[in-house]
Amino acid sequence: MASHVLWLTIFAFFVSLVFAVLLRDTPREQLRTGAMMFGAFVGAALLLGWLMVPFPL
Amino acid sequence: MAAGGKGGAKPAAAPARPARDGLGVAIVCLVSWLVPGGGHLQLGRRGKGLVFLIALPVMFGIGLYLGGRLFPFAWSEPLVALAAVADLGAGLWYFAARFAGYGGGQVVAATYEYGNTFLIVAGLLNFLVMLDAFDIALDRK
Repeated sequence: MASHVLWLTIFAFFVSLVFAVLLRDTPREQLRTGAMMFGAFVGAALLLGWLMVPFPL
Repeated sequence: MAAGGKGGAKPAAAPARPARDGLGVAIVCLVSWLVPGGGHLQLGRRGKGLVFLIALPVMFGIGLYLGGRLFPFAWSEPLVALAAVADLGAGLWYFAARFAGYGGGQVVAATYEYGNTFLIVAGLLNFLVMLDAFDIALDRK
């Protein structure tokens, strides 16, 4: 499997999971922090990928 | 009428059993490095420990599956050596992969860099987990 988006999403999930559990103590806070971090990871990657269409490196 | 005047407050996290002496703290750090999440389990933080115990080896395994490379300690190439130190953070999983002959790296694979990223980040995250266990052992958290 060579889907870049798939591996990017899986990577974002695991990193968000570990950071959320590491930084927060209650499940509610962990879920909130993890979801925000995951969204930021995937959103930033999609945004940068979209910007690279008109501005290729 | 007030009910239950005492004992209203409860701790947010599971009670930890801090290891106060230096040797105990060192053992917690060693266990935490060798087995991701092991230090937290040893200190009574079962929930966190289980998440690390599963998530970090899965990340490491994905890195190997994607054709990532376990970098050699080539100090003449500082970035390669730093990547090797990061890989080493995975603890026993690193040694098991080395022993089993995995981690040679498939440079031509489309997922090679993804594999490297998974391997390096899994090791670095385990170093952070180890530092967290260190803080808990010293009763700082």
